[in-house]
Amino acid sequence: MKVKAQISMVLNLDKCIGCHTCSVTCKQTWTNRPGAEYMWFNNVETRPGVGYPKKWEDESHYKGGWKLNRKGKLELRAGSKLNKVALAKIFYNPDMPNLDDYYEPWTYDYQTLFGKESKHQPVARAKSQITGEYMDLTNGPNWDDDLAGSDRSFGEDPNMQNIESDIKGNFERTFMMYLPRLCEHCLNAACVASCPSGAMYKRDEDGIVLVDQERCRGWRFCMTGCPYKKVYFNWNTNKAEKCTFCYPRIEEGLPTVCSETCVGRIRYIGVILYDADRVAEACEEPDDTKLYEAQLGLFLDPNDPEVVEQALADGVDMETIRCAQKSPIYKMAVEQKIAFPLHPEYRTMPMVWYVPPLSPIMNYFEGKNSIKYPEMIFPAINEMRIPVEYLANLLSGGNTEVIKNALYKLAMMRLYMRAKTSGKDFDPAKLDRVGLTEDSATSLYRLLAIAKYEDRFVIPKSKKEKVAPVAEDQGGLGFEQCNGCALAPVHGSMLRKAKAGESTKDIYAESFYGGIWRD
Amino acid sequence: MDNVWGYILWVIFPYVALGSFFFGTIIRLALYGGNITAKSSELLEKKQLMIGSILFHIGIIFVFFGHVVGIFIPKSFTDFLGIPNEVYHIGALVMGGTAGFMALAGMIILSYRRFSNKRVFKTSSFSDLVVNVSFLIVIVLGLSASLIEGTVFHPEFNYRLNLSVWARQLFYFHPNYHLMLQVPIVFRIHVICGLLIFAFFPYTRLVHALTLPWQYIFRRPIVYRKKGLRGRSK
Repeated sequence: MKVKAQISMVLNLDKCIGCHTCSVTCKQTWTNRPGAEYMWFNNVETRPGVGYPKKWEDESHYKGGWKLNRKGKLELRAGSKLNKVALAKIFYNPDMPNLDDYYEPWTYDYQTLFGKESKHQPVARAKSQITGEYMDLTNGPNWDDDLAGSDRSFGEDPNMQNIESDIKGNFERTFMMYLPRLCEHCLNAACVASCPSGAMYKRDEDGIVLVDQERCRGWRFCMTGCPYKKVYFNWNTNKAEKCTFCYPRIEEGLPTVCSETCVGRIRYIGVILYDADRVAEACEEPDDTKLYEAQLGLFLDPNDPEVVEQALADGVDMETIRCAQKSPIYKMAVEQKIAFPLHPEYRTMPMVWYVPPLSPIMNYFEGKNSIKYPEMIFPAINEMRIPVEYLANLLSGGNTEVIKNALYKLAMMRLYMRAKTSGKDFDPAKLDRVGLTEDSATSLYRLLAIAKYEDRFVIPKSKKEKVAPVAEDQGGLGFEQCNGCALAPVHGSMLRKAKAGESTKDIYAESFYGGIWRD
Repeated sequence: MDNVWGYILWVIFPYVALGSFFFGTIIRLALYGGNITAKSSELLEKKQLMIGSILFHIGIIFVFFGHVVGIFIPKSFTDFLGIPNEVYHIGALVMGGTAGFMALAGMIILSYRRFSNKRVFKTSSFSDLVVNVSFLIVIVLGLSASLIEGTVFHPEFNYRLNLSVWARQLFYFHPNYHLMLQVPIVFRIHVICGLLIFAFFPYTRLVHALTLPWQYIFRRPIVYRKKGLRGRSK
């Protein structure tokens, strides 16, 4: 057993309202630079839909993630090392997405709005941020937001393939949900395994996956390797960039910007301990539907004294272990089994997990008299507007049983709390049937519904003072080459404050609130 | 006058160019290694790149090793092996010509792409354009020197008796520029252009050729890095 700690996230999709605040604050913080305009380290997709980049889940096209070869061993879907060398893929990567699979970034020609008075209403036309020419917009981020153009996007969603055809086009029974996506910081990251230069790495102490800007040589295999298409290529610096899990904040014990600014409080961050020795074995589980359980099997009980002893021996520090013991992630993913990994069938062991959404099912049995018949949830969930099969394709490799159990549990918890707060009778035996007790239902309710800041984010501070500066490990090249960046004076002022001895927390509180940097 | 120019072109200039290549590369790798990238524009345009890039790269790699063989394997060695001069030359022309035309075709496609595709053109630096054009020129010169000038106009010319000898002499710091004065003109221009490319090699995108990630073949798939242990994988 080799114990490693991994920072991970759970997103409660039941509460996501699709406001894109996470995407916007992330962009303001990380990717508002030339070359990075099209990068959305965090984006929110409407489901069913094509996603970003277009049809990213179609791995027969993009060749992301891992597959099992004939001997049952893991192999990158984009090709083994031999295949890459033999086909000279370093000169031309056939599976790499094109900018048009994302979109050509544009701005607007605002100057025309300020000219002399003219006979016609002036219009700010879209201008490409690459070529500087006017362009006709035919595609962009969230082009299919809130099911816009769903006649096209429904059919193009790879998760819809196994769903009964009548649901697809039937607008009276249509459904939608939001799926916020970021880098999964996988245990078996395909991007890291794809990088020829060894520039991509997992941090040993918290599992955050980063690109070393100084070692990246722009060979582009990471873009293909990542099945979630969350590694982007900066056309200005010609290097790869990706979500950093806001590691400078995490090291200070602060949540990521997307989590901090989430208005729905849907995001949870915590530490989970796992057995690094068994990752390869778990990834080689032949049955797609069992991969979720195989991944669950890797996680270790942080309260088990043996695990703690081994963790300390393997170099995990005590604060991390204590955080792992209070981890909201462990509680939701392992103890209650209500959170699931996104597309476990890609075999990367993703570490950003999702609580499946119930809505709009609850109307079914939250109306009059529903409390009397809590049994109703079982047939109701099978007839949910969002088909369980769809959620299973997304979150459990097609295993509908585990998704149903989670939904039963969430629904029963809500019925129980409804009864409790409105002073109605509720037979606790009913809770038993979905694996809850009165205590665990209450605490789950507190975690999911009240979602206090300190319950959502249990993050150990890094002990970087003991070793060399961690920030330097990442290399700063891509982010320093920021000519004409609007934030440069802001960063300058913060630097001065830091030099004057102000703490980072104070500077942060002064400079960053309401989702944007302020001077 | 001939002597002065001969000395400048075939003694001083080669050392300036090779010195720039040698020391420039060391400085680039040691001090500015962090900004080396293959400078791929595949994100912006894919279709023309596929044919152009594969043809050019494969072609130029064979061309490079062809030059190495032509320069560093002396005629006495092939004579010792019993390879007749005609066989050697026909072999060199066929193999070198094939590789050269691959590189040329690739470079024509890549240059057309660089100048005609708006996205690619706008994101090109001046040095990218220079690299493209100079490769076109040097490949055209090289092909016309060996296939036209060498076979049609100067069939008696054998570069292994003077040009290669001079090139080898460069490496033991005793070049005899008189040897180069016997070489036909297109060959000479080709050599100068080639040396120029070596001269600016370390300061342009070309330097990515030195960072070929061969270590990937032997590496474990997942790289972990510990705090403070920069660049070390385990």
